[in-house]
Amino acid sequence: MTGPGQINRHAEAGRIDRTRRISFTFDGVPMTGFEGDTLASALLANGVKLVGRSFKYHRPRGIFSNGPEEPNALVRLRVGDRVEPNTRATMIPLYDGLVAESQNRWPSLAFDVQAVNQLFARFLPAGFYYKTFMGPFANTKLWMRFERSIRKAAGMGTGTHAPDPDEYDKMSAHCEVLVIGAGPAGIAAARAAAASGGRVILLDEREEIGGRLLMERFQVDGLESGEWLARERGALEAAGNVRILPRTTAFGYYDQNMIGAVERVCDHLIKPPPHQPRQRLWSIRATEVVLATGAIEQPLIFADNDRPGVMLAGAVRGFANQYGVLAGKRIVVAANNDDAYRTAIDLHDLGATIESIVDVRPKGPGPIRQEAKDRGITYLRGYAPVKAQGRRAVRQLAILKLDENGKATGSQRAAACDLVAMSGGWQPTLHLSSQTGAKAYWDAEKCCFLPGPPRQRERSAGACAGVFTLPECLAHGHAAGLEAAEAAGLARPEIEAPKASAPQEVPPRAYWECPDPINTPGKKFVDHQDDVAASDVRLAHREGYISVEHLKRYTTLGMGTDQGKTSNIPGFAIMAKARGVEIGQTGTTTFRPPYTPVALGALAGPEVGERYMALRRTPMDGWHEEQGCEWIDAGLWRRPRYYPSGPRESLFDAYIRETMATRGSLGIVDVTTLGKIDIQGPDAAEFLNRLYINGWKTLPVGKARYGLMLREDGIVLDDGTTSRLGEQHYLMTTTTANAVRIMAWIDYHLQVVWPDLRVKAVSVTEQWAAMALAGPNARKALEKVVDIDLSSEAFPFMACGPATLNKGSAAGEIKGRLFRISFSGELAYELNVPADYGRAAWEMLMQAGAEFDITPYGMEALGNMRIEKGHVAGPELDGRTTADDLGMGRMMSSKKDFIGAKLAGREDLIRADRKQVVGLVPVDGKTKLRQGAQLVEKDAPAEAGTLAAGGKPIPMIGNVTSTGYSPELDHPIALGLVVNGRARLGEEISMRYPLRGLSVPVKIVEPVFVDPKGERLHG
Amino acid sequence: MLRIECPWCGPRDMVEFTYVGDGTLQRPAIGAEAGHFDYVYLRDNPKGVHVELWRHGAGCRQHVAVKRDTLSHDILQCGKPGEVTK
Repeated sequence: MTGPGQINRHAEAGRIDRTRRISFTFDGVPMTGFEGDTLASALLANGVKLVGRSFKYHRPRGIFSNGPEEPNALVRLRVGDRVEPNTRATMIPLYDGLVAESQNRWPSLAFDVQAVNQLFARFLPAGFYYKTFMGPFANTKLWMRFERSIRKAAGMGTGTHAPDPDEYDKMSAHCEVLVIGAGPAGIAAARAAAASGGRVILLDEREEIGGRLLMERFQVDGLESGEWLARERGALEAAGNVRILPRTTAFGYYDQNMIGAVERVCDHLIKPPPHQPRQRLWSIRATEVVLATGAIEQPLIFADNDRPGVMLAGAVRGFANQYGVLAGKRIVVAANNDDAYRTAIDLHDLGATIESIVDVRPKGPGPIRQEAKDRGITYLRGYAPVKAQGRRAVRQLAILKLDENGKATGSQRAAACDLVAMSGGWQPTLHLSSQTGAKAYWDAEKCCFLPGPPRQRERSAGACAGVFTLPECLAHGHAAGLEAAEAAGLARPEIEAPKASAPQEVPPRAYWECPDPINTPGKKFVDHQDDVAASDVRLAHREGYISVEHLKRYTTLGMGTDQGKTSNIPGFAIMAKARGVEIGQTGTTTFRPPYTPVALGALAGPEVGERYMALRRTPMDGWHEEQGCEWIDAGLWRRPRYYPSGPRESLFDAYIRETMATRGSLGIVDVTTLGKIDIQGPDAAEFLNRLYINGWKTLPVGKARYGLMLREDGIVLDDGTTSRLGEQHYLMTTTTANAVRIMAWIDYHLQVVWPDLRVKAVSVTEQWAAMALAGPNARKALEKVVDIDLSSEAFPFMACGPATLNKGSAAGEIKGRLFRISFSGELAYELNVPADYGRAAWEMLMQAGAEFDITPYGMEALGNMRIEKGHVAGPELDGRTTADDLGMGRMMSSKKDFIGAKLAGREDLIRADRKQVVGLVPVDGKTKLRQGAQLVEKDAPAEAGTLAAGGKPIPMIGNVTSTGYSPELDHPIALGLVVNGRARLGEEISMRYPLRGLSVPVKIVEPVFVDPKGERLHG
Repeated sequence: MLRIECPWCGPRDMVEFTYVGDGTLQRPAIGAEAGHFDYVYLRDNPKGVHVELWRHGAGCRQHVAVKRDTLSHDILQCGKPGEVTK
């Protein structure tokens, strides 16, 4: 199948390059366009009127606008993993090989089964979902079934589940003056600001700069607008201090003049060339901003105004002047303002037939009317369009005469046409200005909302400030550029403003909703994308949803991907009329970023996949990897989980083997990730005394001590050992998870709370590699490589001090720190060496331990051994437990004050029946216990039963926090929190795990399973 | 995106900072018997001027006192802790 060719293309007009023909397909039909086209202009050139079906009623829809406001022409662009739904055909530059498909139709665009929804329109009124699901069907599950079919019927385009193959980039920029929008006002502002010598950025969402100048037949400085644009662009590029960013949409205006913008770097290509991003996200921090965002034309509201062939007048003119595309041959222009006359004049001059201009304003002179009259164009003053007739495309427009109150009078007439160019006037694009918090206000003379007083360092220039004619726009932009440069502290530049002339305009009329047609039905659409009609707005009013914010949410007015760019003003006007107030009193809805949709890929930028988060590796990471360990994430770190001995060894088998090897002879583990904080100063001991619940002033040099910290509210914060390395020098360790938090905690107290303490603290986690050697043969292995006496007399439990590995060796010695501390409960030493020596030291220990079958162990075995010893860790320090809950209440010093001391004494925190840490074992000695499972009394019923049937919740007396398996005892073990648990040792309770239907009898025991007297670690 | 004038590093984007909280709190002195509950739990939630602390975690690691208007997000003053008052 092929199309009819470019039947609507004018022979000469437009700024397209006719020497470069471009092939593309729409719904599988091959077509051609020219370089410089958009998809929308190429479709119109090829005579395509029907481009989509509407969201709710599946009505036929055509191209409505020629810009970012497009509500109808949403297409699915590209194929395969590059598919992008809901793209606006008006903003897609045409490129060779472009593939686009229409959306919301089944089985085909021309014949859509769900168009029968139109017949049921009165059953799908505003608030349909709300009424259905909050009304009689509330609290039933019916909505689940409804939702599935409604969602499918009322769907937007579908995307792809395949990963995006393209790259996205992020960029930051700073400038003195940022100009947003490169139409006449923006360019005038940029050239004025640039003359000051400061850094200027000029960005525009379209393919090339020029804005409306590209779409009009204007002259500036005596030059045709295209020539003037080329001259100015050249001058700006040559200036050296101006960055011009076309294809770039400023979508968000954030605090303190931060502007978010997305540049479509390669969206005009099938796929980006190597090393080029598809899109780039800009964060621009500007000293001063000039908003020159232009204006968006509003529609008139009459019956069936959504028929393909009903378009915005400025768009019709733009398509003709920019692309040489005549969207119709026989045209009716319907408007409430002067600007639309220009459409009639330009299209007339290009050879189209202007059936008539229907002007809702009463009689009166005006220069533009004279221009039309001179060309023999008929215009009807005081008439309104009332219905677009024709099924799939407009064939004629019914019109009615208006009396002085705007009411219909007389009999209905019809004007034959294949295109209705309508205009409800131009509404300044206030999105960015409003995002700053500036409150828009209604200007009754200009019939539009204008930007309120600036809240940030910005000013609006040109059409977005309600300055609409070309000469005024140029002057206004010029003045804004000068003012911005001066406000940014630059010298006021000497430069002439560009000059143009234009006829005087007669003000528009605040008239959008036209009378109902006589004897014929028809929905008057306000929001095309969401299928919201004027009747829906009035329904919302009748039902009490009269604020614009309620109106929006009740009817979905303005909630489509276009965010109501062509529907909010007429919608608010209808509401204002229904309420009997001025539109200014209804106000506008709040504009929030983004101005137009932004791809999530652009927001994510390059931070996807392995670049999503930083990966922290210990100095021994490479060694672990060579052993083929399995990894586990610990915050940003990765740590070995276990080292499988072969491909068949399971996690359980591996960690049991590692546990037994360590307890039986010798194990080694990488503990670099533990937080290490170096604390120095004359008041260091006093500071530790305030941080920890236990005392530090008696700790001698060369000794380590276990410490516990509370939050200010008395709940346990973190634990770890701190060693005294010198008179005023301590090394604190924290848990891996809390390393950053404790550093911040220390910083806060030293900088803000007790700045008088003479203490400095710094994180040295990454400066030192740490490894623990544990097991009965730990001393024998270590003795072979260190230079100090390791006997219990010389280096007892909790001793610490400097140690040198391989002292005097030709292979090189390593100076480090040795600590006799133990997490496993075995005779153990922890060695810290400077990070760069980590792997060498590790390999040295592996070699020294070879004769004892040294076994590296991972997180699972480490965790299992600490459970065997009843050491609490993250699962027990859950942000709700006190020191006493953990069995460490006696550590709390009564001789000193410390953080949390006072509030830890509150009544509820010292109750006798709080949950306390205990050990748990299955009564049958076999069944595995489950982390997170609930604990209930032994005789608790199996099921609570429903409340309706008189059932009562089963009291929960605790939960399982950590689970493991003791190879020494040869049965599963666990730690748990049980109400009053320490007083219930030996009692039997029940573990319930409803997810797996488990009910397991368990016995409460002491939380130390192995070597309860601690003989091994003192050995 | 707020821009905070770090007294040590100069003007930086807020992404480099972590919000800490009310910058006017006075912790009860070590050994004091009262005032802890207020210090931990009681906060004003002002509409308007607020003095707060931000920690320059991706910079100098210092706490910065910031006087900010919670209504407009205007930053009125930045300084060292204790130097900025309401």
